[in-house]
Amino acid sequence: MTTGLWELVLKGIWTTVQLLVLSSLLAAAVSFVVGVARTHRLWIVRFLAGFYTEVFRGTSALVMIFWVFFVLPPAFGWQLVPMWAGTLALGLTYGAYGSEIVRGALGAVDPAQKEGGIALSFTPWQRLRLILLPQAVPEMIPPFSNLLIELLKGTALVSVMGMGDLTFSANLVRLALQQSAEIYTYVLLIYFVIAFLLTRVMRGLEKKLKAGVGKAPERKVTAPEPVGAGVGVGGVGGGAS
Amino acid sequence: MTWDWNAVSEFMPHFWDGVLVTLQALALGSLIAFALGLVWALLMRTPTRWVRWPVGVVTEFVRNTPLLVQLFFLFYVMPEWGLTMSALTTGVIGIGLHYSTYTMQVYRAGIEAVPAGQWEAATALNLPRLRTWQVVILPQAIRRVVPALGNYVIAMLKDTPMLMAITVLEMLGQARLFSQQHFQFTEPLTVIGVAFIVISYLASLLLRALERRLVH
Repeated sequence: MTTGLWELVLKGIWTTVQLLVLSSLLAAAVSFVVGVARTHRLWIVRFLAGFYTEVFRGTSALVMIFWVFFVLPPAFGWQLVPMWAGTLALGLTYGAYGSEIVRGALGAVDPAQKEGGIALSFTPWQRLRLILLPQAVPEMIPPFSNLLIELLKGTALVSVMGMGDLTFSANLVRLALQQSAEIYTYVLLIYFVIAFLLTRVMRGLEKKLKAGVGKAPERKVTAPEPVGAGVGVGGVGGGAS
Repeated sequence: MTWDWNAVSEFMPHFWDGVLVTLQALALGSLIAFALGLVWALLMRTPTRWVRWPVGVVTEFVRNTPLLVQLFFLFYVMPEWGLTMSALTTGVIGIGLHYSTYTMQVYRAGIEAVPAGQWEAATALNLPRLRTWQVVILPQAIRRVVPALGNYVIAMLKDTPMLMAITVLEMLGQARLFSQQHFQFTEPLTVIGVAFIVISYLASLLLRALERRLVH
């Protein structure tokens, strides 16, 4: 491989990383807003948040990307820059998976904690901010870590729309060199390294957050929840129970 | 926003072709994922680390890299190595291999959840090793993990559109082909989007019923 082709790959890595950061920020925002809305006291808010989750978890990320790229522009008359279209599709889809994590972690906080907040006449917002979230967030980190890896894998999908990410640059190199084994091996390795770094960062974050609420990080081996799991089956316990 | 019902009805025959291919890929991919996942899980329990270590590294690698790139790898590299397969076969193998690294962890959790007393009883009855696995451990382990495996089938369903990238004409592939021929993107893409929601919702209902029967 020539240096020019490596430059192409580097540009691809940069685009992938940018997309990963932007869409994970959007996904995190969506997760928290929708996840908290699912515990709201008004049924209509809970219903809308639940509806959002079911719809976005029910459909495929790639179909969503196609939809954002091809259906939104004529429907609403504005065309998104590819980076924002990719961010939007990935962020909304993975945010729906993330909202289940947030809801689960909020539900797992000891009910006495919430009652304590009521007894001290905290407002719902104060209860959430000062009591529930500080205890729930550390518990969310391991599943969020898995989701982040899934999101990294999801960023490869934008290459189908011609966005110049790492996978797309691999396809260009394949066309340039007329051979594929080498470049695809490199690209798979690069994705693996990024994924490895992400898990390390998330593990450090978990340790830090758990120390903040006086807990040691526990390293138990469990089967990960399938991130693509279907509508409404997120609660299926799996084999470990 | 314009919605054209004629386009929908024109798309429908192609849609059903796509559904058929999608379900075919899903069924075959699930079979590979279930079988291969069990093989990985059993290999991870062998006493020598010369088996455990390579299997662990390979499965970790496959799990943490994008399925799309793996599909490209299989689709473009395998013929270079003299192994030519149809696009659908490549896709089924790719998706099955990718998800076998997930089902492997499910099986492992299921096997670990079998009470130690079962192992001890099998030893006390002097059952040979193979027989212990066949009639004592696996029937109990697999029963427990069926719901979790089902979750992965639904996850696989949502990854089948990626096969479009290696020229398989499944649901999304059909929609894209139709859109490009007729310059109508809204209808076919929306139809398959809704179809995915409906299929995965029905599958989740089915799964819940199955779970009730198996796990009680």
